[in-house]
Amino acid sequence: MLTIEGLSARLVQVGALELAAGDCVCVMGASGSGKSLLLRAVADLDPSDGRVALDGQDRGDMSGPEWRRRVIYVGPESGWWADRVGAHFRYPEALTGLLLRLGFSQDCMNWPVSRLSTGERQRLAIVRAMDRGPRVLLMDEPTGALDQESTARVEGIAHDFLQDGGIILMATHEKDQVARIATRLMHMSDGRLTPTGPPESTPA
Amino acid sequence: MTAEAVELAPLDLVFAALLLILNGALSIWLRLGITRSLFIAAIRMVAQLLLIGLVLKYLFAVQSPWLTLGVVLVMVCFAGYEIMNRQDRKLTGWWSYGIGVSTMTFAALTVTLLALSTQIRPDPWYDPRYAVPLLGMMLGNAMTGISLGLNNLLNTVSRERWAVEAQIALGETRDVAMKPFIRRALKTALMPTINSMAATGVVSLPGMMTGQILAGADPIQAVKYQLLVMFLIGGATGIGSVTAIYGVVWRITDPRHRLRLDRISESTGAA
Repeated sequence: MLTIEGLSARLVQVGALELAAGDCVCVMGASGSGKSLLLRAVADLDPSDGRVALDGQDRGDMSGPEWRRRVIYVGPESGWWADRVGAHFRYPEALTGLLLRLGFSQDCMNWPVSRLSTGERQRLAIVRAMDRGPRVLLMDEPTGALDQESTARVEGIAHDFLQDGGIILMATHEKDQVARIATRLMHMSDGRLTPTGPPESTPA
Repeated sequence: MTAEAVELAPLDLVFAALLLILNGALSIWLRLGITRSLFIAAIRMVAQLLLIGLVLKYLFAVQSPWLTLGVVLVMVCFAGYEIMNRQDRKLTGWWSYGIGVSTMTFAALTVTLLALSTQIRPDPWYDPRYAVPLLGMMLGNAMTGISLGLNNLLNTVSRERWAVEAQIALGETRDVAMKPFIRRALKTALMPTINSMAATGVVSLPGMMTGQILAGADPIQAVKYQLLVMFLIGGATGIGSVTAIYGVVWRITDPRHRLRLDRISESTGAA
């Protein structure tokens, strides 16, 4: 269970929000409404006040890195710090299945990062996050640069992650995606979150 | 063996200065646009050197520890200002100045005091004839190293913020995430010192040694002093750069291991 109470960060205020195991809460809203800032604040990438806890354990009781190993933010811009793809992964050999499902062979670990397309970077950034074994994924426009087929592949991975008891908080602009994957939909406007009911009732 | 130095008359200097005027004329002819900055720099150099010459002459005559300290403080303040001026991006508030000045002063003073107390041992220990020029050289080189290192660090971290944040978002500590940037900044900071050590005596004769020889000193004696100064410069630049770079890394991250780009001001585009 991911618990957020009275979270207050730059331009973002959240009263109370709880995400149980298997929950996928999608957040929609105009660009600049604060969706990314919300995810960054939950990941503790930006300073914030309020209580954020995972399975009853406050994040203030653990170090920043400890928290972020459990609650991983996957941003719209994936950063790469080494020349080769493989250097960004801890257990590449254990990821063969995941890589195949996202359209990569194990050989991609030897590729130079510079040859990756934007879509490939986005998909590999998700694999990289899964490699760390997170409990919560904070996904910021995870399929923004992907075609339909790749989007379906990423959603399949997200679905399995939820089935295994994972939690997803996702910022997205895609209504169809919300209908396919979200267990709850929330709307963000001027940094405030409001529930908009079950995803099916999203106004067109 | 100390030869008699050839006394320089003002006219000799005027003849040498003609070379700069030739440079200025070339700049105008080729429309390089550097005439103005060339002449301002030349006039500043003449004024500053004449002034420091008079100050040093007075300082050597009175041998006052307080006056020596006063001159040291002025030198430190100017060097701090130069460090600030050479940054494209600065830390917000007074942090760039604070970290730059404190680390440079710490490094230059430590190394100068070490040299005064163990190698040169003048009497009194603060004899301005030794203390001021030594400290000046340490400050100048530490200043160059620190400003190059900090400029590199702040620019690359700002430009490659996603690479830093990707590691932090995956649960790495700030030490791990910043390591490649620290390494690159330190390399940049120490490169001029390493280059000048490697080239000295083969490609170039260092200015201090040349000055001593021209002023009539025995070449072996001049070489010994130059070696001492090069070792001290290496020490001061290393200590200053390492402490300044780690100080800035501490400032642009926080105890929760977050990258705090809000503590870096926007690029001014300055050189």
